[in-house]
Amino acid sequence: MLFRQPSELVNPLAFFTLVGSLFPLALGTQPDFLRASAPGLLWVSALLAVLLSLEGLFRSDFDDGSLEQWIVSPNSLAILSLAKVSANWICTGLSLVVLAPVLALMLGLPGYCLPALMLSLLLGTPILSLIGAIGAALTVGLRRGGVLLALLILPLYVPVLILGCGAVEASLQGLPITAHILWLACLTVLAITLTPFAIGASLSISVTE
Amino acid sequence: MLELHSQKKSSLGSSPILEAVDLSCVRNNRQLFKSLSFKLRAGDMLHIRGHNGSGKSSLLRLLNGLNQPTSGHVLLLGRPLADLRNTLASRMIWIGHTPGIKATLTARENLEWLQSLHNRSASSEIPLALEKVGLRDFEDTPCHALSAGQQRRVALARLYLSNPASLWVLDEPFTCLDAEAIWQLEAHLETHCRNGGLVVLTTHHELNTRPHAYSGLDLRQYAS
Repeated sequence: MLFRQPSELVNPLAFFTLVGSLFPLALGTQPDFLRASAPGLLWVSALLAVLLSLEGLFRSDFDDGSLEQWIVSPNSLAILSLAKVSANWICTGLSLVVLAPVLALMLGLPGYCLPALMLSLLLGTPILSLIGAIGAALTVGLRRGGVLLALLILPLYVPVLILGCGAVEASLQGLPITAHILWLACLTVLAITLTPFAIGASLSISVTE
Repeated sequence: MLELHSQKKSSLGSSPILEAVDLSCVRNNRQLFKSLSFKLRAGDMLHIRGHNGSGKSSLLRLLNGLNQPTSGHVLLLGRPLADLRNTLASRMIWIGHTPGIKATLTARENLEWLQSLHNRSASSEIPLALEKVGLRDFEDTPCHALSAGQQRRVALARLYLSNPASLWVLDEPFTCLDAEAIWQLEAHLETHCRNGGLVVLTTHHELNTRPHAYSGLDLRQYAS
């Protein structure tokens, strides 16, 4: 589905690339400063790119009546929403993971940090997508849900952001990253098991009012 | 209480499949209808009438379980709807105002997706169903390239697939259709009722071909 509307697929990635490539220009030519701010920068732009991709996650399904069909179908809403979010994540989150090393090198992040960056994004972006999907499901019935969506879920993104940045930061300083990564993995498992039910319930509230 | 006149004739003694008991519905602080009761048996067709905004779609959404009535209840096979969600899901086809047709998918892909969503496998019948609704040459056209009437036909093609769903809940099924398609759909609904199916529909259009057990329900009688 997503591949038939390339703009939806490309927008978040283009956003990520643009932010990543504009910052070096804005921050000037101080390689040390750039390198020090790279982990935060990459993570914040990845987070915003995921947020951007989520706003329209259920919009078309809501508008064309597919969500009603979901609800009257014998399948559980939780499984359907998990499938939908997974598909969205593979198209955006996973591509962000692949794209991140390129930007990281542009920002002067040393090569030995890349595994930490990719691993933290690999574990972190599914959490962002899943939590964001709860917000998207709750606001799908509202005409201008975008701001509300950001307001609702950004606070919940903070722990993921701190852990993700922390992992890259630690690897930059040559410290072990196991603790950060394990915490992120914990949250990922928790998100995969629990959020589908929340997404399903939110969808059913939005559709049945 | 609206009792369908057919029961004596065709399904004497058979128990009602779908039953509304003293339903009332309030939307946006406005009472749409109250004290609405009816029983539907196999072979019945219920045509819900009423002016715009009188609650026709709301009533259908109570019957298919999407919304909850303000008071009263809907019974399926004599049991509350909420207890029999899976039975309802396997027996019902719901085609609403927005029938769940994806603009980016082709007609055939849309039907395949909707069939698998409802755990019904009939992919081999899809070309035949599309042919019956007059879309033989449009099987692989993305639905955004189809006209409104053709998109409606894609949704209605679900009714031509053989499946165990006997309860059809249709909101304005005749919208955008041309005269020939309307005539054809009427005949198809009549056949479905004759084979023991059950149809609940809303439409402003007067039905020319009616099954034996046809009954009209005018929501104005139940408005407060």
